[in-house]
Amino acid sequence: MTAKNTIESCIKLTAAEVAEKIASGELTAVEVTEAHLARIEAVEEKVHAFLHVDREGALAQARAVDEKRARGEKLGPLAGVPLALKDIFTTRDMPTTVGSKILEGWLPPYDATLVTKLRAADVVILGKTNMDEFAMGSSTENSAYGPTGNPWDLTRIPGGSGGGSSAALASYEAPLAIGTDTGGSIRQPAAVTGTVGVKPTYGGVSRYGMVAFSSSLDQGGPCARTVLDAALLHEAIAGHDPMDSTSIDAPVPPVVEAARNGSVRGMRVGVVKQFRGEGYQAGVVQRFDESVELLKELGAEIVELDCPSFDLALSAYYLIAPSECSSNLARFDGLRYGLRVGDDGTKSAEDVTALTREAGFGDEVKRRIMLGTYALSSGYYDAYYGSAQKVRTLITRDFEKAFEQVDVIVSPTTPTTAFPIGERADDPMAMYLADLCTIPTNLAGNAAMSLPCGLAPEDGLPVGLQIIAPAMKDDRLYKVGAAVEAAFVARWGHPLLEEAPSL
Amino acid sequence: MTVITELVSYEDALAAYDPVMGLEVHVELGTRTKMFCGCSTELGAEPNSQTCPTCLGMPGSLPVVNAVGVESAIKIGLALHCEIAEWCRFARKNYFYPDMPKNFQTSQYDEPIAFNGYLDVQLEDGEVFRVEIERAHMEEDTGKSTHVGGATGRIHGASHSLLDYNRAGIPLIEIVTKPITGAGERAPEVAKAYVAELRELIKALGVSEARMEMGQMRCDVNLSLRPHGTEKFGTRSETKNVNSLRSVERAVRYEIGRHAGVLNAGGTIIQETRHFHEDDGSTTSGRVKEEAEDYRYFPEPDLVPVAPSREWVEELRRGLPELPRVRRNRLREEWGVSEHDMQSILNAGAVDLIVATTEAGAPADQARKWWMGELARNANESGTSLDALPITPAQVARVTELVASGDLNDKLARQVIEGVLAGEGDPDTVVEKRGLKVVSDEGALGAAVDEAIAANAAVADKIRGGKIAAAGALVGAVMKATRGQADAARVRELILEKLGVEG
Repeated sequence: MTAKNTIESCIKLTAAEVAEKIASGELTAVEVTEAHLARIEAVEEKVHAFLHVDREGALAQARAVDEKRARGEKLGPLAGVPLALKDIFTTRDMPTTVGSKILEGWLPPYDATLVTKLRAADVVILGKTNMDEFAMGSSTENSAYGPTGNPWDLTRIPGGSGGGSSAALASYEAPLAIGTDTGGSIRQPAAVTGTVGVKPTYGGVSRYGMVAFSSSLDQGGPCARTVLDAALLHEAIAGHDPMDSTSIDAPVPPVVEAARNGSVRGMRVGVVKQFRGEGYQAGVVQRFDESVELLKELGAEIVELDCPSFDLALSAYYLIAPSECSSNLARFDGLRYGLRVGDDGTKSAEDVTALTREAGFGDEVKRRIMLGTYALSSGYYDAYYGSAQKVRTLITRDFEKAFEQVDVIVSPTTPTTAFPIGERADDPMAMYLADLCTIPTNLAGNAAMSLPCGLAPEDGLPVGLQIIAPAMKDDRLYKVGAAVEAAFVARWGHPLLEEAPSL
Repeated sequence: MTVITELVSYEDALAAYDPVMGLEVHVELGTRTKMFCGCSTELGAEPNSQTCPTCLGMPGSLPVVNAVGVESAIKIGLALHCEIAEWCRFARKNYFYPDMPKNFQTSQYDEPIAFNGYLDVQLEDGEVFRVEIERAHMEEDTGKSTHVGGATGRIHGASHSLLDYNRAGIPLIEIVTKPITGAGERAPEVAKAYVAELRELIKALGVSEARMEMGQMRCDVNLSLRPHGTEKFGTRSETKNVNSLRSVERAVRYEIGRHAGVLNAGGTIIQETRHFHEDDGSTTSGRVKEEAEDYRYFPEPDLVPVAPSREWVEELRRGLPELPRVRRNRLREEWGVSEHDMQSILNAGAVDLIVATTEAGAPADQARKWWMGELARNANESGTSLDALPITPAQVARVTELVASGDLNDKLARQVIEGVLAGEGDPDTVVEKRGLKVVSDEGALGAAVDEAIAANAAVADKIRGGKIAAAGALVGAVMKATRGQADAARVRELILEKLGVEG
């Protein structure tokens, strides 16, 4: 019989530690799952990270892991580890809402490839996490099901769109989570909650079963509290999928190996001149500059870079993403699944669709559908969508030139720390600025990570360091990230998250 | 107020105007699976039984291109003497209709897989007319709506509509001609010949059965008139879904008369789609295209570009079958038939059957005689097509073989064919079961002759006396005794021999 305090404290363990203890028999998967379910029950009222908790399903999966072990079968590196899944991936056994009323209660008839891989890895899926509706937002306030609180300060946003996933990690409801990143939705929530998030190379993780927002930018990826945990999860979900034509048919970069061998010695690290200036909070800049100093101390060579096209990234993004979304979301017409409003037997299909969308889509979603519809209209296409694609090419070229000189690029993940809930809710432009540093990577399709680099002195809230690597060099993120993480933890004497208030 | 347009006689219309046509033909490919998913394309299944998340446009689903679909498109392009794109993309055509699950059609826009080609078509009198091809591109079919409760099966007045998505996602190739000018009074004939030639070509390529009555090939007819001597095209009408060769010809003819009527009355042609009516060959106004629908095309981000290697294209080019027109001319010469007879064979759908019969060993004239005679009659009586008759070319060839060897005479052969068609088995079985073999046993035949001579002594005497013509009566008696199963010529020989008379 395991001691009660061991079980309770297992929620603070890393995923790697949990898996190890389950494999060694020190803990059972059921004990671990129950501990996390108890934690969810205790703090969820305050945090609201989850839209759906699948208690029975999680316990059944945990039991299966324990039985597997009892039969003497070899367990995978994440067997029995609980995970919080962003509610954007289809699951046969749980509703998939994408944070929208228009899909309230929708039970998909199929599992996303990523979900299939998680199940195959014996990961225990605890439930589905809150998010900005259709992943459109940087605060999770655009969820149709209410906001999520940042465990560092429940009156502040946990980032977005994957605020449910980041909050679940930061509140110890789960050691692992899945996010998706179209313009920063994994990295920015990680930054403002003091956790780790990785946007893999575009095409590195299958998008099959991930409800599309902007197909050419969307990318699922791992979220965790440590770099190694993120790497273990990355390896479990990555790889070619014949169901996704845009998934890359090449071996997964050796991310776990890199995370176990963190080092920056001899590496050239780029600092982009465009990633600072107006709009950047002083404490964020200070922690970033300290991170650059740390990299130097650890043996990296710092190279200043000029990427002029990055200044246009936000504008290009807000044409491309809405354009694709206007087409991707056209299928939500109330005819086949999800919400249907006004079907009284007299109204036409068109009327029912209009009423359904009116009631089912939130303001931000409607705003982007309209923007995108306009940008793709004949006569405007060249000026808007066409120009944005050209900017995209310029950004890709700036990255290519940069990566001729450096191995990775670093920047603040987001210009500010977590802002108060409600502060930017009525100011879309202010909200969009949260993704200033993350968007270029989505446009270029390369890989990036955010990891904690300290607390901003002025507000005591976490600051994220972004590391960017060339496409399919995701392993470099982990090599650098692990080195930085180890150095910071040594300097602080403990992981940053331990400084978060208890809930 | 309904404006009644005075139709102008065809001759008068042509005297004043020059018709310009544009033909758009959709061909459903005969691939085993759909264009972007693995669902079966088989016809006649239970509604919605051949569907999956992808062809239902479920949130999260993604398309994957059917390689056979691309190969078929390239074959069609090559056979139409088109250039094949070295790199092309799919595009989304955004519009709303309930039978289109995603509310956009995955198609191609400004980057078709094949472009700039031509097809030479032969008119009934042998004149060859060149139709220039603008493009051939790949796309997916929509589902099928059945409007219930209305009078005409149209949506207007219907109480509800039933949707079957089995057809959604079936690969289509759309083949678009350049404006066809210079056909003059032969325009309807050229249109019909073009569609007929295209159908033969598609069948010869083996990429589709191209059965118009099954909707596997559908034609839209664009037509405009311009006064003789002018260059500028008039406003066109687009008559949709003209689905038989005869209808293509009639639709062109009708629209020429209608356009001329409007123009002569000083009116203007409205750019619109029109419905064709099989019953009286007329067209009526459909959707007015005054405000051209804005499809907001943009490159499909869920699919990677199609870049067929030149080696593959050349390999496909080498594998192309002989073009139908060339083949027809070759066969006509080989068979030694007139242009007119060849046309009849073609119209009867007998070309391939005759070829297959000769390949099974029958002389061409015999094969042609059976298929165009006895079998054509039979098909006609039973209201079916030749290829649907329950007899194979090999069986027909066997019958001709039995005739050539003297085992059957013509009359018996017809009975054998009748037996095969009645499902009694293959020719040899029918001969066996019905006891139809020519009596060639000289002993048995000799006995029958002796009997006939004995029974008709007076006639025998006349023959002995030199009245050889009287032998006919004895031949008749022998044939009667053998129930027709003797070779009449041989019987005659035996009679004369036995009576000691030189034949």
